[in-house]
Amino acid sequence: MTLDSNIPEGPIQDKWDNHRFSMKLVNPANKRKYSIIVVGTGLAGASAAASFAELGYKVKAFCYQDSARRAHSIAAQGGINAAKNYPNDGDSVWRLFYDTVKGGDYRSREANVYRLAQISTNIIDQCVAQGVPFARDYGGLLDNRSFGGAQVSRTFYARGQTGQQLLLGAYQALSKEVARGQVELVTNTEMQDLVVVDGHAKGIIVRDLRTGELSMHAADAVVLATGGYSNVFYLSTNAMGCNVTAAWRAHKRGAFFANPCYTQIHPTCIPVSGDHQSKLTLMSESLRNDGRIWVPRDKDETRRASDIPEEDRYYYLEERYPSFGNLVPRDVASRNAKERCDSGFGVGQTGLGVYLDFRDSINRLGENAVRERYGNLFEMYERITDESPYKVPMRIFPAPHYTMGGLWVDYNLMSNLPGLFVIGEANFSDHGSNRLGASALMQGLADGYFVIPYTIGNYLARQTPGSVTTEASEFSQVESEVRDRIETIVNLDGERSVDSVHRELGRLMWNECGMERNADGLQGALKEIPSIRDQFWQNASVPGTSGELNQTLERAMRIADFLEFAEVMCTDAYERNESCGGHFRSEYQTEEGEALRNDEDYSYVAAWEFNGVGQKPTLHKEPLAFDHVPLTQRSYK
Amino acid sequence: MKVTVHVWRQKNASAAGKFVTYPMDDISPDMSFLEMLDVLNDRLEERGEEPVAFESDCREGICGNCSMVINGTPHGPMRNTTACQLHMRSFSDGEDIYIEPWRAKAFPPIKDLVVDRGALDRVIQAGGYISVRTGSAQDANALPIPKLDVDLAMDAATCIGCGACVAACPNSSAMLFTAAKISHLGLLPQGQTERMERVRNMVRQHDDELFGSCTNYGECQDACPKGISINFIGHLNRDFLKANFLKVKNPRREVESQ
Ligand SMILES: Cc1cc2nc3c(=O)[nH]c(=O)nc-3n(C[C@H](O)[C@H](O)[C@H](O)COP(=O)(O)OP(=O)(O)OC[C@H]3O[C@@H](n4cnc5c(N)ncnc54)[C@H](O)[C@@H]3O)c2cc1C
Ligand code: FES
Repeated sequence: MTLDSNIPEGPIQDKWDNHRFSMKLVNPANKRKYSIIVVGTGLAGASAAASFAELGYKVKAFCYQDSARRAHSIAAQGGINAAKNYPNDGDSVWRLFYDTVKGGDYRSREANVYRLAQISTNIIDQCVAQGVPFARDYGGLLDNRSFGGAQVSRTFYARGQTGQQLLLGAYQALSKEVARGQVELVTNTEMQDLVVVDGHAKGIIVRDLRTGELSMHAADAVVLATGGYSNVFYLSTNAMGCNVTAAWRAHKRGAFFANPCYTQIHPTCIPVSGDHQSKLTLMSESLRNDGRIWVPRDKDETRRASDIPEEDRYYYLEERYPSFGNLVPRDVASRNAKERCDSGFGVGQTGLGVYLDFRDSINRLGENAVRERYGNLFEMYERITDESPYKVPMRIFPAPHYTMGGLWVDYNLMSNLPGLFVIGEANFSDHGSNRLGASALMQGLADGYFVIPYTIGNYLARQTPGSVTTEASEFSQVESEVRDRIETIVNLDGERSVDSVHRELGRLMWNECGMERNADGLQGALKEIPSIRDQFWQNASVPGTSGELNQTLERAMRIADFLEFAEVMCTDAYERNESCGGHFRSEYQTEEGEALRNDEDYSYVAAWEFNGVGQKPTLHKEPLAFDHVPLTQRSYK
Repeated sequence: MKVTVHVWRQKNASAAGKFVTYPMDDISPDMSFLEMLDVLNDRLEERGEEPVAFESDCREGICGNCSMVINGTPHGPMRNTTACQLHMRSFSDGEDIYIEPWRAKAFPPIKDLVVDRGALDRVIQAGGYISVRTGSAQDANALPIPKLDVDLAMDAATCIGCGACVAACPNSSAMLFTAAKISHLGLLPQGQTERMERVRNMVRQHDDELFGSCTNYGECQDACPKGISINFIGHLNRDFLKANFLKVKNPRREVESQ
């Protein structure tokens, strides 16, 4: 099977324009005859569903929460990038493109990234028109800040709640279309499987989470906007329900999974406080602008942090990376924290934490100035830990946060299964092996508002509307497979809670396929995953029945998928014999301890084809070319 | 620490519910409230018993999923805090903790602590948006908006749609929720075109959903985990009066706009 990325011809600046001109259009009068299924109502899904409906397509949108407004996108704090150059500080489409390709450590598709940068400016216009209350200056114009070490200020924000405001904008656009009758919104519903008819994705099987009822839905195209899979680590900053199920089910039906090993670990999260921990809380990256990171020089230090004199503190980032100091990129900061803790210098009860200290900033700027900048974050921290960062240093530790990998898609955001489109965090497309801060929101909305509304037409124009209905035998076939699986799971009556199995998997993935990986560890993990999977199938306990609201059953089904998915993630990490971005193989590093890429052999997208549970998947390579951004080795010394 | 939790257990909408008591004797004060419930559920699962159904997703106080009345107060004892952000150190050793669902006619029970809050979505669908089609927006900076207006709009827009205001209100009114959206959009220039229709339609839907009317108890504001001010209800009322006055004065426009 050849992977064709369908990148349009022409100079990179003109590709998207040319493509929009050459794509087939669906006649306006015919649009209402086509129906589209959208799974997920986060930024990507809600924006796509609303935009399809405005164009006249019939849309059915699904989400597992009780309201479209509660998707995980709501939790994004920091902001959204766009190449508006309002601050006049030298930003441009080209610079955003360049930064994103470089930040992704040269493992993304140039043409996609260029289009993303081009579209970024339309997103801000659209959101403002919807009433998104972005921060403004006293002249009434939009304010920008610099984020995640960017050299220009291109990040738009709404207090610390940017994701919330953007999602509410998209949710309201969606609500408008629900009111018009163009979108049928189905909440409390989880996609269980994809239905493929004659090689094309034509529908889904879903379960109503409140009644347990299964139903079949057919459409002319299926769009997955189901978010990322960080919860394979059990503990992550993602919402509790984030899962790989929809993507994994599609994978099992033939869609390729691309770069599953590319995951991002965020350096500044609140450390784990005990075994009861259910998820991790992110503290904004901006804290590193004024906080200094350190650990004691002595492993056996027993004094309180504030009593430890300067000479006994190791400001390891400042010493190791004199020019960037505490502002090194996410992956570098995360790895160094882990290294210190692994070497026994970690702080706090668990030893899994480093100090982020504001003492010097408070002395320099005064407590009020610090409160002005970080007051709400300090409050959040205190609420969780019961410690005031004004008095004692914060303790932080890295946590899984975002997944760059996802289902493989071409330039049109269509997977290798015709008719199956994948948008937002669920696809692999734009961030290479590392995502820049404030770029996920941008990509989700670019995909939903401005890319897929065009590209889906190009596919639909070649289809006869309504040609497949749920009468097709494939539907009842898949439905009965789903039913059997649910019955098997709901009848598990071992002794282990499903969460305890998930925790075990998470610990393994974190240790062997987390921030740092190596061949031995990954091989070990590949041996161990099947035995955890057996534990689940033999020893998990799922009380209740399938015909009612059963949250244990919901979790169990998601965990069952993580237990299969984990293998392709480790396989991908094992086969990629280089380090790049978020994928750090300890065998491949520069003398300075930086990720050492192997461009000669690994400048490709790894797209995996499913061959059966426990079977090695087949690797398909999509070569990557870097014609516009010269390949360089990152250095932050 | 030790606590005794009394949880409202109800199999489904038609079954009768009751409090069931669970002693919890090895609770860490650093646990979040929901983690305490996770521990309880883990144990119930291990014993093959049905765990307590409750909603949560972000566990960061922003998605509005978690929704439970704790010792008589929606989201529990701590001000401006959702249940998911509450920690066990807010309770004392040996305390009895009562946990119940939101109770309101407009929120039919589903199971245990889960109720159906779909009515809130339908209030938004009745007009809680600005009708701008994708692609038809002008440049974002073409329309300067005074910072103070945007800041106030943002105060209203922080509503997480959890429904605590309804649970707290003796009338089960969702006026704070409705007013927050009307104020968010009505305070911005982009929201002016549909402002009058919006308030009329949203208030009508609010009433159709069997939410009660607002008689200024003010409990909603105290229960709101985002500290949304009751002043926004004043804003809604002014708009509502004006909208109805305009409707009487200009019935034709009303017909056209429907
Ligand atoms: C704490 C935090 C802070 C962040 N801050 C930023 C930031 O400042 N800037 C930035 O750019 N990015 C940020 N990110 C990343 C960004 O928020 C996400 O990548 C992005 O919101 C994902 O959007 P999405 O639409 O792809 O998916 P999501 O918002 O995750 O939505 C997924 C949707 O799919 C549905 N779904 C999933 N599975 C199923 C199923 N099987 N059946 C039915 N429905 C299903 C869900 O109900 C939901 O509606 C942050 C992430 C986290 C965790
Ligand atoms: S779980 Fe999201 S607000 Fe509590």
